[in-house]
Amino acid sequence: MAGVWFWIVAAMIATYVVLDGFDLGAGAIYLVAAKTNDERRRVLRAIGPVWDGNEVWLIAAGGTLYFAFPQLYASSFSGFYLPLTIVLWLLILRAIGIEFRTHIENHVWQSFFDVIFSVSSILLAVFFGAALGNVVRGVPLDASGYFFEPLWTNFKLSSQVGILDWYTLLIGGMALVTLTAHGSYYIALKTDADLSRRARGFALICWPVQFFLTVSALVATYFIRPDIITNYANHKIGLLVPVVVVASLALMLWANPKGKEKLAFVASSMYIAFMLVGAAFALYPVVLSARDPQYDLTIYNTAAGSHGLSVGLAWWTLGAVLAVSYFVFVYRMFRGKVQLGEGHY
Amino acid sequence: MESALLIHRLHFAFTATFHYLFPQLTMGLALLIVVLKTIALRRNDPVYHEAARFWGKIFGINFVLGVVTGIPMEFQFGTNWSVFSRFAGGVIGQTLAMEGMFAFFLESAFLGLFLYGEKRLSPKAHWLSAVAVFVGSWLSGYFIIATDAFMQHPVGYFTAADGSLQLESFWDFVLNPWAGWQYAHNMGGAAITGAFIMTSVGAFYLLSGKWTAHARIFIKTGVIAGCVFSVLQIFPTGDRQGKMVTDLQPVTLAAMEGLFQGQSSAPIVLIGQPDVQQGTIDNPIQVPGALSILTYRRWNANVLGLDAFPKQDWPDNIPLLYYSYHIMVGLGTLFVAITIVASLLLWRGKLFNSRWMLWILMLSAPFPYIANTAGWMTAELGRQPWLVYGLMRTENGYSRLVSAGNGMFTLLGFMGIYMALGILGLFLLWREIDHGPAAWRDSASNLHVAT
Repeated sequence: MAGVWFWIVAAMIATYVVLDGFDLGAGAIYLVAAKTNDERRRVLRAIGPVWDGNEVWLIAAGGTLYFAFPQLYASSFSGFYLPLTIVLWLLILRAIGIEFRTHIENHVWQSFFDVIFSVSSILLAVFFGAALGNVVRGVPLDASGYFFEPLWTNFKLSSQVGILDWYTLLIGGMALVTLTAHGSYYIALKTDADLSRRARGFALICWPVQFFLTVSALVATYFIRPDIITNYANHKIGLLVPVVVVASLALMLWANPKGKEKLAFVASSMYIAFMLVGAAFALYPVVLSARDPQYDLTIYNTAAGSHGLSVGLAWWTLGAVLAVSYFVFVYRMFRGKVQLGEGHY
Repeated sequence: MESALLIHRLHFAFTATFHYLFPQLTMGLALLIVVLKTIALRRNDPVYHEAARFWGKIFGINFVLGVVTGIPMEFQFGTNWSVFSRFAGGVIGQTLAMEGMFAFFLESAFLGLFLYGEKRLSPKAHWLSAVAVFVGSWLSGYFIIATDAFMQHPVGYFTAADGSLQLESFWDFVLNPWAGWQYAHNMGGAAITGAFIMTSVGAFYLLSGKWTAHARIFIKTGVIAGCVFSVLQIFPTGDRQGKMVTDLQPVTLAAMEGLFQGQSSAPIVLIGQPDVQQGTIDNPIQVPGALSILTYRRWNANVLGLDAFPKQDWPDNIPLLYYSYHIMVGLGTLFVAITIVASLLLWRGKLFNSRWMLWILMLSAPFPYIANTAGWMTAELGRQPWLVYGLMRTENGYSRLVSAGNGMFTLLGFMGIYMALGILGLFLLWREIDHGPAAWRDSASNLHVAT
């Protein structure tokens, strides 16, 4: 039962990153790709009706994690106290950057919120990547099942690690480039003319960097955690992951210059989803690695009671069907390239 | 250790108190917007459509502030109260996860459609999106109340071998008897905030001589809703909740009422300052026997005082608990008086010309916020010294490895950001009110087109 919930939570996190990832990526290219007020409004309009719903996947994933693995929630949230709080602040800033900009037609007011929106989006992407890096690299858990990590120590993988070191920064950088590309594909798909062209250009520049960082991150991960391939060696189905990741990268490279915007965006979504699934596959059944493997948190020592987990499966399934149907409906309502005119933003 | 506990308590208290300023208006307005939309649809009245649209914009600004200040609440269970989460997460994780799955998805998906989709949707579908937002926000309220109810009166759990609480009966937990009345009382409070804000803006417009047609709708809707919910707030929901506290948290009742010595024919203290050291109320104005009647429905019933309980089980901030409770009840009584007089004037057709009453209605806007805040402080201070009533003390629930210094760092950060949010929110709300309901602003052309 705990294994089922491991994959449910992993799928929810992956959904969050794919969906809110394009909002963050749109924010990352926003200041440079969208130059005029009209273009900036079109970027905001492309994400405006959906960003809040996308962010709910993070909250729902958090809630589901709390429900299924309360011990993991307790250990990781208190251990990542500082970066999580900073993420909360950045989420607040990102939201008001999007929502409050358009209330006042004033250049100074709007420039201020433009910068808030873009900078908070960029930092969020880096922090989310670094968070993943921490989970893979391992944190200083001890027998109590708790830890506390400062933001950084000496940026080395010593016994006293911080949230940020060379490895987690590498993953953070990979996340930023990946989401920047992802957001660029989305903006290219949802807008037209110069803005769409510029977004495609950004994605084109991102591609080699994304490729290089992907390879470096995988090599670095193997270097610091050679046991990461154990699950892949034992279960051949896992080899599907690198195949899909490589195919997605190739598809992005092929589709983008040809102007196949939807295909490029789908490929980017596949890339993100499978990179995350691949990480989850490698870690399973570990949910938070310890620097000292004997203190690893696994699905077995963090899950809630089995009755609670079974009951949850019933309502979660219903909730997920409802949620997906709302999303299909909303995305269909706001499909197509954005037009300025009626409405907000 | 002492100071870390204090910081973590202040951290949650501050962020929760600030956060709840927004959802109470969200939930109250969601209901009233459905009322306005329904009338607009049935009568096909453009003024009602404009009224609904205007409150939709206010709702939108308020909703954003509620969302961004709400996410930290869920996170703080893990960041600041990890020992509590490990202890109780196996039970309360159910409702917190359900809130995301059932309430937030619904709310966020349909809010976008409600705010930006009016021209894409049929009038019926647009009405339906308003209903969905209402249902989502009120469901969210229930999941949070059910979570709090477990902390007030734990049911449906068992204690596992490792000492943590785990779910035993889903329905016992979700249908906690404590949650029913608390939910009714809480949602009544939210509806009162929505009603008073709507009335206040209407009164402001009438007194200013602007948008008088809309203003009358606002006042009429707000006064009727305000009256209904203010009365229900006292009876039955407030009364029943008081009874529940009497039965299940008698020490809390004694502290709320400032009853230091148990007695038969116990009085109710209307005004007076508790002196916890001496065990007395200074300068009391009291109604003899009233507390016995309210709690046990008998004039001479014996009500337990604080002296019946060991001191370590007393709520740890009795004066603040006592004042919170008295402020809530005092304001609640005032709301009944105001809305009944206003309803009578409305019924006689004199309200819109009674400038004195319009002034009162306009200036009443802040008071439901104070009453709702005081009500939550009563519930949560009354729960002390327990985090989960009878099962875990507050002093044992916070994150041991998060130092007072790190807690202070993030508390100060939240204070700074929330201050900026509060100022921004007030500023933008004022602009919308000043801008009025009759113009549909389009930021593209900056044209003000009456629709």
